[in-house]
Amino acid sequence: MTLLTRYLEFMANYPVFRAFWVNITLTVFSGALALILGTIAVTMRISPIPSLRAVSTFYVNVLRDIPLTVVMVAMTTVVYFSLDVDFSGQLATDFYVGVVYFGQAPETSVGMMANFYLLAIIGLGLYHSSFIAEAIRSGVNTVPLGQAEAARAVGLTFLQSARIVILPQAFRGAIAPIGNTIIALIKNTTVASVTGVAVETSATMSGMIEMGPQFIILIFLTFALGYVIIVIPVGVLTTTLSRRLAVKR
Amino acid sequence: MSQPREHELLFDAPGPKAKRRILIVNLAGVVVVAAALAWAGFKLHERGQWDAALWGKAFTAEAWTAYFLPGLYHTLLAAVIAIVGAFVFGLIFGVGRLATIKPLRWASDVIVEFFRAVPVLLMMIFMWQFLGLLHAPDPSFWAVVIALIVYNGSVCADLIRSGVHNLPTGQHEAAAAIGLTRPQALAQVLVPQALLSMLPALIAQLVVALKDSALGQAIAYSELLREARLLGTPLATLQTIAVASVIFILINYGLGKLGEYLAGRMRGRGLALDEEMAEAIPMNVSAIGARTMIVSPEPPMPYDESARQEQELKHRRHHI
Repeated sequence: MTLLTRYLEFMANYPVFRAFWVNITLTVFSGALALILGTIAVTMRISPIPSLRAVSTFYVNVLRDIPLTVVMVAMTTVVYFSLDVDFSGQLATDFYVGVVYFGQAPETSVGMMANFYLLAIIGLGLYHSSFIAEAIRSGVNTVPLGQAEAARAVGLTFLQSARIVILPQAFRGAIAPIGNTIIALIKNTTVASVTGVAVETSATMSGMIEMGPQFIILIFLTFALGYVIIVIPVGVLTTTLSRRLAVKR
Repeated sequence: MSQPREHELLFDAPGPKAKRRILIVNLAGVVVVAAALAWAGFKLHERGQWDAALWGKAFTAEAWTAYFLPGLYHTLLAAVIAIVGAFVFGLIFGVGRLATIKPLRWASDVIVEFFRAVPVLLMMIFMWQFLGLLHAPDPSFWAVVIALIVYNGSVCADLIRSGVHNLPTGQHEAAAAIGLTRPQALAQVLVPQALLSMLPALIAQLVVALKDSALGQAIAYSELLREARLLGTPLATLQTIAVASVIFILINYGLGKLGEYLAGRMRGRGLALDEEMAEAIPMNVSAIGARTMIVSPEPPMPYDESARQEQELKHRRHHI
């Protein structure tokens, strides 16, 4: 018991909840980016234009076969240091402070932190967009051929039939794999630490263990259970949604 | 009659007008891609990244013998040991989840679901610091391997469980009819069949482990990415990371193709993957990859779900 109370005292000095909040916001923004890019990629993949199909296939295969860590490391060492792409402007900083600190800027170099935060969102969004694209493509495969034929028969163009007929059904058929990707994304946001996001969970956990090695198991369990608590409801939700939204045929 | 290809789902064979339009958009696409490449090339030029000295750094004999190849060796070593360990882990806990003894089953369930929900990077950092405190030898390597084993092992455990669940009921019944006990039936009849159809998924899992081993660079494991960074520091990291990326992509793409080939052969022999496993192949996202948690083995709508799956498989056969 005394160990537990001493641990709770120790833990109170660290922003554990903010660390999880950072990972949740990373999930939301990079997830939105991944959904947008993934939908564009899959529309190109099923289009009648061969060059668009080739570009989309290349994009998806490259991003799927490259380790996420490489992408996230490259976001700082290549995109930021070598190519000098920088997001530390006023707008980015305000966005970062508003989202992570609810408007109360800490004293440290916020511009740099905002830069790494946005680079991490882009890296996560790019990487997961390829999995989203594959997920939706598996949803397209569940749409019966007759749907596309009917859409053509009433005179819809490719983009019309994709937007009105095919993709809505594809999304409903792809809820389970999209959910899998989102769950993977939640856990993958920990890799943002290698991009330089120092306030997220894996970096926070590592720092806490360094300062309080006697609590190492409790610290790990705190963070691990945090993820269990976040991930399991999302899994239940996806399973329910995929059943409820599946197109009955 | 041949099956329709997926991308032909949405449009008819083009007539003369559509052909012209396709040609125009194709040309436009080429122009856009060329423009994007030119822009990127110019950006690189502006930053002096085309400098032959920088690229030369990645293509000396020493770069390969002292950095890329040792790094690749460590990446492959961790991934292969991890996948073997994950298979054993998965076998133990997969069978544990099928056990008739309830506490055993619950314990296996909790362990598998726990390790599946915990990010691999958290596990790796924890193991690294933990082994460091114990003064264990080579903490970086073992932290990478253990973290990969428990995560990928949990995925394997689930594959084995769903593999057994998806065997025809006749297999359970036949085993019982000839007087096998449940453990005997599992060991001699059910699990071996599940294992065989698991092979392609295991290769997919090897790709996941290989990709995740790159997380080891955060805990000083000298795998490919870390070696590439060391070689490139401080000015040529773009070049060395580009080379390392190409190596990663080639290996993973090759392994992915091998997995698809094996999956195709299994289907040919009537050992079709069940849906859940088939999903696992493209979906094992990564790093911290996929899950099929809480997806129950029984399909939600028995009557027409099977028809849908049949159709999906038909499509898949053609363009996995």
